[in-house]
Amino acid sequence: MAGSRPLPTLDEPDSGEFWRATTTKELKFQRCDSCATTIWYPRPHCTGCLDGTLAWHSSNGFGTLYSYSVVRQSYHPFFRNLVPYAVAYVDVDEGFRILTNVVGIEDPSTELKIGQRLQLVWEEHEGLNIPLFEPAG
Amino acid sequence: MSSQKRDAAIVGIYEYPDRDVDGELSPLQIKTVCARNALADAGLSWSDVDGIYDASEGLAMSGLFLAEYWGLAPTVIDTTGVGGSSYEFHVAHALSAIREGRCKVALLTYGSTAHSNRMAIGVGGRGMGGINAADNMESFVGQTLVSNYAMVAHRHMHQYGTTSEQLAEISTATRYHAMRNPDAVRAMEDLEFIDIRETTIDDVVNSRMIADPLHLLECCMISDGGGAVVIASSDVVRNTKKSPVWVIGAGEATKYPTNTGDLTVSAGAQSGPVAFGEAGVTAAEIDVAMIYDSFSITVLTILEDLGFCAKGEGGVWVTGGKLRFDQAGGPALNTDGGGLSSNHPGMRGIFLLIEAARQLRGESMAQVVNAQLAVAHGNGGMLGSRHTAGTIILGAD
Repeated sequence: MAGSRPLPTLDEPDSGEFWRATTTKELKFQRCDSCATTIWYPRPHCTGCLDGTLAWHSSNGFGTLYSYSVVRQSYHPFFRNLVPYAVAYVDVDEGFRILTNVVGIEDPSTELKIGQRLQLVWEEHEGLNIPLFEPAG
Repeated sequence: MSSQKRDAAIVGIYEYPDRDVDGELSPLQIKTVCARNALADAGLSWSDVDGIYDASEGLAMSGLFLAEYWGLAPTVIDTTGVGGSSYEFHVAHALSAIREGRCKVALLTYGSTAHSNRMAIGVGGRGMGGINAADNMESFVGQTLVSNYAMVAHRHMHQYGTTSEQLAEISTATRYHAMRNPDAVRAMEDLEFIDIRETTIDDVVNSRMIADPLHLLECCMISDGGGAVVIASSDVVRNTKKSPVWVIGAGEATKYPTNTGDLTVSAGAQSGPVAFGEAGVTAAEIDVAMIYDSFSITVLTILEDLGFCAKGEGGVWVTGGKLRFDQAGGPALNTDGGGLSSNHPGMRGIFLLIEAARQLRGESMAQVVNAQLAVAHGNGGMLGSRHTAGTIILGAD
């Protein structure tokens, strides 16, 4: 039994709203109304200024591969059956850097290039969806 | 060097010799064995200790229990726990406490049974999520610890043209030193390393890939182990047994993921200049560099951040074996064999201090001739995301 990818909880105080929005396949992020700082991961306060209020925005789901690794060995009951797979930092066009997986490729060790364009793809689960990326185009 | 303040010194050290205790000792028992031996090394006893420094790795809220366990009456209790660099933080804090007169003899201990417990530190999944926002946003990815560091390596390669062959220099230098350290050789035997010998660049880059671009021989071992360090004020130092190793500079910092941060720069870029500035020395003057070698890329990044070479030039700079104890042109790196080839029970920071002290006393198995200055740099947490850096500069008496 491979089990499931470890899923986030919907009621974590800082990031719950982000995950609840994934049910409609919205990739939400926060930006400060006062100083325009983009906040990632979600939290209730601006890290750029003391008194700004944060507003939620939706990403168009395009970004650039900042860095990645291909996991060849994992003892995790789910991920051990997924190897080799790519973990990556993606610089999303709206200005935040998300940790995710790059999927939709046959051989992650040869097909990925730092700087390449990627697009959002949702992995569907009950009650929420997981934001992953695949090569754009 | 006359302007340096010499208020506190490492006066006692001990490294637990076994890397596989076969489940017969607890972490607290390992800490205790190490504490007794380090105090004996200093010519001090339990009753001299008035400062306890602990990373709470043996038990939660250790500050509540350790004094009782050892029968002490400390005036300073510090349980800073920031991962593998905790012990460099402890030295920094002990230096301040001793300067302020709040304690005179600080005891740092570490004990771990990571190997006996079969902890999959490097390739286990990260938590099951839900503890805090960062965990809740990252745990679904399946990022192993090795792949976290590997992402730094890939970015370094992309930005600067660094190669696996260059990174392998870190592994071959530490193994070169390990083969001169009987405890390290026995550790590799007990942990069932295959083909224990000095390695070549080819050996490293042809070893199995664990998480691209990091190969098996670029990853540290998972051992049991422990250690202790005793730091004393200058007036206590006069009565200790061995030559004191002076703490002449300290810096601490943290770094975490940001939207535009440079993954190739560690928290060491902040802690390093503070420590070197306090000591009044530069990287070029350092004889021995004890740098946390969780992985090859950790060392390469930190060498740059500490100013041994410019950012991005580390790959070229380490080429040619200059990190070996008997080669000129660079500091001797991890002369005990490092986490890669001697001892890594999860939080290696204390061993950096112990081997640096051995070198400045002239007691290392890969002794640098007339070693005068050493840096011990711990990295805690994960280099590719949130981590801490503690830099300690040490000077011979």
